[in-house]
Amino acid sequence: MSDPLSLFFLATILIVTIPSFVYSIGYLKKEYSPKKILLGQILTFLFVLSMLAVVTVSNMLAFLIAWEIMSLVSYFLVVFDSEHEKSIQAGTIYVVMTHAGTAFLVAAFLLLYQHTHSFDFNLVKVASQTIPVHTRNIIFIFLLIGFGTKAGIVPLHIWLPYAHPQAPSHISSMMSGVMIKTAIYGLIRFIIYLLGVNDTWWGTLVLILAIISCLVGIIYALMEKDIKKLLAYSSVENIGIILFGVGLSMYFMSKNMSYWAVFALIAGLYHLINHAIFKGLLFLCAGSVYKAAGTRNMEKLGGLIRTMPITAACFLIGAMGISALPPLNGFVSEWLTLQAFFMGAWHTPGTDKLFLGFCAAMLALTSGLAAACFVKAFGITFLAKPRSSYAEKAIESPVSMRFGMLFLAGLTIIFGLGAAVIINILSRVAGASLGIDTSAMVFSVNNITIHPLAGNAMSLSPLTMALILVLCGLLGWIIYKVYRKRAISYNTWDCGYYRLDARHEYTATGFSKPLRIAFSFFLRPYRTTKKSGESFYHIKSMTYETHTTPVFKKYIYKPVLAITFKSAKFMRRIQPGSIHVYLAYIAITIFVLIILIRKF
Amino acid sequence: MRFLPVLLIIILAPLLGGLITKIKNNLRMRQGQSIFQPYYNLVKYFNKEEVVSGTSSWIFKMAPFAIFASSLAALFYMREFLALIFIFALGRFFLSLAALDTGSTFGGMGSSREMFISSLSEPVACLACFAVSLQNGSTDLLAWKSLPLANTSALIAGVALFLVMIAETSRIPIDNQETHLELTMIHEAMILEYSGRSLALIEAASYIRQMIWLLIIAQVLLPLTDPVGISGSQWLLWSCWYAARIVIVAAVIALLEIAVAKMRLFRAVDFFGFGFVLAAIAVLCAVLGY
Repeated sequence: MSDPLSLFFLATILIVTIPSFVYSIGYLKKEYSPKKILLGQILTFLFVLSMLAVVTVSNMLAFLIAWEIMSLVSYFLVVFDSEHEKSIQAGTIYVVMTHAGTAFLVAAFLLLYQHTHSFDFNLVKVASQTIPVHTRNIIFIFLLIGFGTKAGIVPLHIWLPYAHPQAPSHISSMMSGVMIKTAIYGLIRFIIYLLGVNDTWWGTLVLILAIISCLVGIIYALMEKDIKKLLAYSSVENIGIILFGVGLSMYFMSKNMSYWAVFALIAGLYHLINHAIFKGLLFLCAGSVYKAAGTRNMEKLGGLIRTMPITAACFLIGAMGISALPPLNGFVSEWLTLQAFFMGAWHTPGTDKLFLGFCAAMLALTSGLAAACFVKAFGITFLAKPRSSYAEKAIESPVSMRFGMLFLAGLTIIFGLGAAVIINILSRVAGASLGIDTSAMVFSVNNITIHPLAGNAMSLSPLTMALILVLCGLLGWIIYKVYRKRAISYNTWDCGYYRLDARHEYTATGFSKPLRIAFSFFLRPYRTTKKSGESFYHIKSMTYETHTTPVFKKYIYKPVLAITFKSAKFMRRIQPGSIHVYLAYIAITIFVLIILIRKF
Repeated sequence: MRFLPVLLIIILAPLLGGLITKIKNNLRMRQGQSIFQPYYNLVKYFNKEEVVSGTSSWIFKMAPFAIFASSLAALFYMREFLALIFIFALGRFFLSLAALDTGSTFGGMGSSREMFISSLSEPVACLACFAVSLQNGSTDLLAWKSLPLANTSALIAGVALFLVMIAETSRIPIDNQETHLELTMIHEAMILEYSGRSLALIEAASYIRQMIWLLIIAQVLLPLTDPVGISGSQWLLWSCWYAARIVIVAAVIALLEIAVAKMRLFRAVDFFGFGFVLAAIAVLCAVLGY
């Protein structure tokens, strides 16, 4: 396919993978042997190629093959540090989950083939309207589960926080930045473009999943002290925000509100490319920190802003982008999504408004929590005093790594300031995917309601906003400079204790404590205390740990795994190991197939 | 013409802070400080030398300008409530980082609590804004004008916004501006390391932010049309009522502050839960057409 949708995803993939690739030159050096580096680069190259194939092929079989290559190559990249036990475990979880998802995709594609007699996208699109309603619904659910697994929609997100952090950082950046977006491509391509949305409940279901993904993702991210795991959970949250746009678009489409469907999809796609950029950037920065300090645990970091100024500045820009702070790109896309909810709700009749308002409020909650999460991530990692000797000895990354980070940091700013141009491009992409002619519609952030609806003009220009912010800041600086008073450097106020050191600083765990208590109904935190000493009254040492219960793992995946193993044990009885029995099985199978062949 | 109201808001913002303190003190049967005290304080801070923590980095030095810029820029976006929330978030983000930057436990405590409170208040603000926007189809809360009195939906949404404003301007029962008790402080804990000119900028920014919130809430609860096509004495009457509304809201804040005790931090969840339900009722009223 070479329609705007494919081109858009092609651009998204290249924008993130090229700087990540440059970054990897410096990142892999000295960490691995030359042979392994070569292997890694070949795998990375294959990975990028397979992603490009996924978004460009125009045939369902070819799509499946490209999809499978992408999954397998990324599995090898996840287990790239194969000497670590954790990598193997993460890779196994990933490969099992992703294939379970692919199974649903295969089923959905076969169902599509059964009714349309073609694997070609265009032919399927033409014939898809003849599919009976209940089959359409089944196909929709299968596609949602299949692509949802890859995208990391809660509760199918379980593999994401294992696999993404365990891969080398440039791979994490590609996986979180781009690979999970190919699943969104799949959702748009197969559900919106090929099937077409007629039922309102499709959009409603996607919106509900979006709310759950957003909140669960960001709450887990807040509790995390491993910086790469935090970023991985934040990807789950951002997939939710993208789904807000996509789901809302489906919702409006089913209600024949084509203008708002286009607008919502623009918001979703805008956040998609934004997230690709800043999450790619943040993973690269986290990788530099890991390489320099040798740990991903934020409780052992701190004070890196002095020793790694460029990494810190890039991480700050990424954190501001992801926290939706004006005038950067995350702000524009979240503002657009909220406006889509507000404006769309105004034009929707009846009590649906209540649901849309609730969704908008949940999006606002997510963005508030995301800001808290990234204040923590940046503040604990980069500010104050170093919390360990590793962090003290950290040095700034080599040139190639800095290039990768600076490039993406620049894009974060450009995609914020150039919103008007980007929205116009995205309107064509959204129009082509939804099958709506957008030439008569005028979209720009400066004025989002020129045509065809009059009134209630809402204007916002990130460029003007940036200018106002800079000028106001400058005014503050001038006032500051007018009063030429002495500024002296002294210790932080220590209540007269005179020995303030890194141990008195707030920790990542301490920072998120209020939220851990507020969401304790979901997180179910528990403590373990161990005391050791000669007697109850004379305690020599004490360890104290606080954990949260992984609800999805404990209540969904563990039981499923238990049942799987149990049934496997049961099935083992038909495997006695005697070749005669197996020959009998083959014979019986052939007989049954011969009998059944006429049925199909 | 557009800059005149902006300038007026900036100049009068500290006065409003002084006024609330004065009302509080008088209600407590105290003489209290002059209502111009915030101006004296600002002048004093600007003329004092500054102590900067040796642990801090450029984030600490840059934050006052970012906070000042966010409050000042917000004045130009008062007609777009959603953007306004995000602009305030910018200032808060940098203040929280600056608080962590000095390595003080107080700073970390304040920063953690501030982000906790603000993330809970955001959905309430959003839903309340949603309710008001359902009336006229725009997120311009100042454009909401029909009668001297708001309708049911806007009234309830206004109360929900009032709760958000209490948190945003660090008032009782969420926070207390008057104390430096480590167990309770939030905003004051974050600015504990600031002094001199930097502190003056942050304080000025806080006053402006407070003024903006009061203006918006006054407009939602007691709407007033723009003075188009009126002249002379009518205009005078208009501006008197315009100012009086703000004083009324300020008086309500002062009353609330002396009547209510500060809440435990974790009770904030219930506080905003209540706000959220109020906002949801406001949306329901708007849908039903009240």
